[in-house]
Amino acid sequence: MSYRVRVNPIACEAHGMCAELLPEHITLDEWGYPLIDADPLTEELLGNARRAAQACPTFALLLQRERARD
Amino acid sequence: MSSCVEAPGPTLTARPPEALPRLLAGIPAHGAMGLAQHLALHGEPPAQPTPRARSESPLIGQLEDARLLGRGGGAFPTAHKLRAVASARRRAVVVINAAEGEPASRKDRTLMRSLPHLVLDGGQLAAAALGGKEVIVCVCDSARAGARAAAEAIAERRELADASRPARVALVQGRYLAGQESALISYLNGGAARPTFTPPLPFEQGVGRRPTLVSNAETFAHLALIARHGADWFRLLGTPSQPGSALVTLSGPVARPGVYEIEYGASLASLIDAAGGATNGVRAALLGGYAGSWIAGDVLATLTLSDEHLAGHGAALGAGVVLLLSEDACPVAETARVATWLAAQSSGQCGPCVFGLEALAAAVATLAHGGALPAARQRLARLGSLVRGRGACAHPDGAVKFILSAVEVFAAEFADHARHGSCEACTRPAELPLPAVAGRAARASLPEVVHS
Repeated sequence: MSYRVRVNPIACEAHGMCAELLPEHITLDEWGYPLIDADPLTEELLGNARRAAQACPTFALLLQRERARD
Repeated sequence: MSSCVEAPGPTLTARPPEALPRLLAGIPAHGAMGLAQHLALHGEPPAQPTPRARSESPLIGQLEDARLLGRGGGAFPTAHKLRAVASARRRAVVVINAAEGEPASRKDRTLMRSLPHLVLDGGQLAAAALGGKEVIVCVCDSARAGARAAAEAIAERRELADASRPARVALVQGRYLAGQESALISYLNGGAARPTFTPPLPFEQGVGRRPTLVSNAETFAHLALIARHGADWFRLLGTPSQPGSALVTLSGPVARPGVYEIEYGASLASLIDAAGGATNGVRAALLGGYAGSWIAGDVLATLTLSDEHLAGHGAALGAGVVLLLSEDACPVAETARVATWLAAQSSGQCGPCVFGLEALAAAVATLAHGGALPAARQRLARLGSLVRGRGACAHPDGAVKFILSAVEVFAAEFADHARHGSCEACTRPAELPLPAVAGRAARASLPEVVHS
């Protein structure tokens, strides 16, 4: 089972914590909003991704479980 | 071929119309077609068997065979939508979307105003096939005639046994995004008419948390005729990949702008002919409205109105908007004006849309007033890729498509502006229609003319 990072763009308020905690998958655009690399997370990064999601002040960062069909 | 009947007198026979017009057959010059006349023209809507668990309604199979695609702009197979709603456990709600926020589109308000029974047939047939609970007709609050006609038609239909699923009219705000699927559901649930984050999709959790079928008004009108005459009949017109007829709103320099019914695969030239011909030189055509693409004037003579053909030009018919820009207009000034409007239509929820569309509009304005071209063009391309796919809805994607397509198709005009600043044509009255600003008349508006 694998996971991907996704952002809820309505909830996101550009705090930028996610890019600090998961720079391997998240960078910030010129306005401070996250640019997401939606490739599946590796085993090693899963913990950091969870911490990044928990650290988001608006709970806008989501970990999505990979659907079996693709 | 596009259809333009000289004297649109109603034919009072319940025969399957093989040729055009199909939807617009017998459209009254004033007011709405009443129930008696509607039934005399099209016949009774066929009774739908009560759906049972694990068996599919025959209507879904018919729509699949007909290959009916949604007419709200997304061209999604209607049968797939119905099947998704049918697979949910709770009783469904059917939403007829006639909100029509697209400024250059008039087809849905035309259907609601003149042929409400055809649209309601489709909604109630879908509801019956899904074992649905109710039908909600969403009409833009600026289209009062359509809302009134729909309400009167609903009252008239109470006596129709099979098509009498409870129906009601909901007025929605005339904003561009009010008709966006998730915004519509949020509004019907008592929230703001703004797009929401998905999932859940409407078929999973829509109005009152029920599985909800949201489709465009024209889609339901086609559904009503497919249920009567079958999939083979539907496919007699159109192309193999895009069967049937479609309503288009033609505007720009033609003798009779308005709503026309065409067969997919008809030539743009035949549509312009049906509208009495061009009254001025045509510089370019916009297909699919302000989330669509421009096509340069030199290929318009051979252009075919089917998505298969239009894809080769990076365009699609979308909700059927065909907007011709005359030789007199300044495409750079027009693009700048619409880009500013599109930025203002953001529902203000997603950062990349709010800041990105504002930056894109500013970059277009810089170009229009004589900014350095290479830098501004690079900035536009960069902003485009920065904004695309980053909103909760497709508004930022559509706006980027419109702006970048204009910069590409009008490359010469943009280059000219970058070098010399505004041109003589910049000060001419605007051609691309935008909704009136409160208290001020729109500078360019569309006539409400229908041609059947």
